[in-house]
Amino acid sequence: MHELSIAMSIVELAEEEAERRGVQVDAVHLKLGELSGVVKEALLSCYEMASENSSLQGSRLVIEVVPVVIFCPSCRAERPLSTVQLFCCPECGTPCSEIVQGKELEVVALEIQECAPNRV
Amino acid sequence: MRPEPRLIEVRKNVLRQNDVVARALRDRFRAAGVFVVSLVSSPGSGKTAFLERILTLLRPDYRVAALVGDLATENDAARLGRSLAPVKQITTGTLCHLEAMMVQAALNGWDLNQLDFLFIENVGNLVCPSSYDLGEDLRLVLISVTEGEDKPLKYPTIFNSADVAVVTKVDLATAVEFSWETAYNNIQAVRPGMPVFKLSAKTGDGMDDYLRFLVTQLVESRQAAIV
Repeated sequence: MHELSIAMSIVELAEEEAERRGVQVDAVHLKLGELSGVVKEALLSCYEMASENSSLQGSRLVIEVVPVVIFCPSCRAERPLSTVQLFCCPECGTPCSEIVQGKELEVVALEIQECAPNRV
Repeated sequence: MRPEPRLIEVRKNVLRQNDVVARALRDRFRAAGVFVVSLVSSPGSGKTAFLERILTLLRPDYRVAALVGDLATENDAARLGRSLAPVKQITTGTLCHLEAMMVQAALNGWDLNQLDFLFIENVGNLVCPSSYDLGEDLRLVLISVTEGEDKPLKYPTIFNSADVAVVTKVDLATAVEFSWETAYNNIQAVRPGMPVFKLSAKTGDGMDDYLRFLVTQLVESRQAAIV
């Protein structure tokens, strides 16, 4: 269970970015690859704990799960993997070790409430 | 005016702090010419027995050292110390994996230029260590025959992140009706092309092949560093 320390890193990163820009965060948007080694549900419940008593308390964590895509050397094309238990091209069956996406663990955006420009 | 939700693009890797330290470690390792192998497995697979054997066999000809991660005890460091190689324990407390910062801190006081091989034994866990780069040249995943052939299918992420697999305790293979073909095929299914070694740290069976592989890796990595 390393999701709590991951959640703490997410909070830290988001706080830093929010402070730098002087904004209040409503939600943190995260890309989570299927091969990141992090479990979505566990991360969501840890986020609540990690954000407690921080400037992100009450904010949401919005997770987009990124499926694994491999490069098939036979088809010379990128293909989505049907299961992480078999790294073979779903079209031609060639074993594929080149991973194009699916390892992401990345904060992609902060969702903020924007007020009228004349208000500080 | 009513507040409107707006998205600010950030695009930052959550583990960037770990990755920055890992990259710095990798640069240090390369500059010092030390080849670094990390070991991951479930608890009880025989990482420590395997490592003790490796250290003992390499020590007459190579300068070797080990860092060993454990939640609470220092037993493993004591066991590895029998090989007479320098060993340092990293006690992680409740943390289920090693992070690059811990490796960096543990290396304090060690002259990496005086080493050929450094081994880093991770905490026994096939889940959490997969996300953390430790700056190693080679990540080795270990499974023992007593765990069954389907470990790679149950933990595809860590197997996929590894560079080499070792199947240990082959002296017990017959007793537990272990199928080498099934295990090998399962490893290849989740990590096509990964080299796999079959050995027993207890009897020494198969250790030579693995040692030859390690030495070849060391030579190749030093040649690559020169070029």
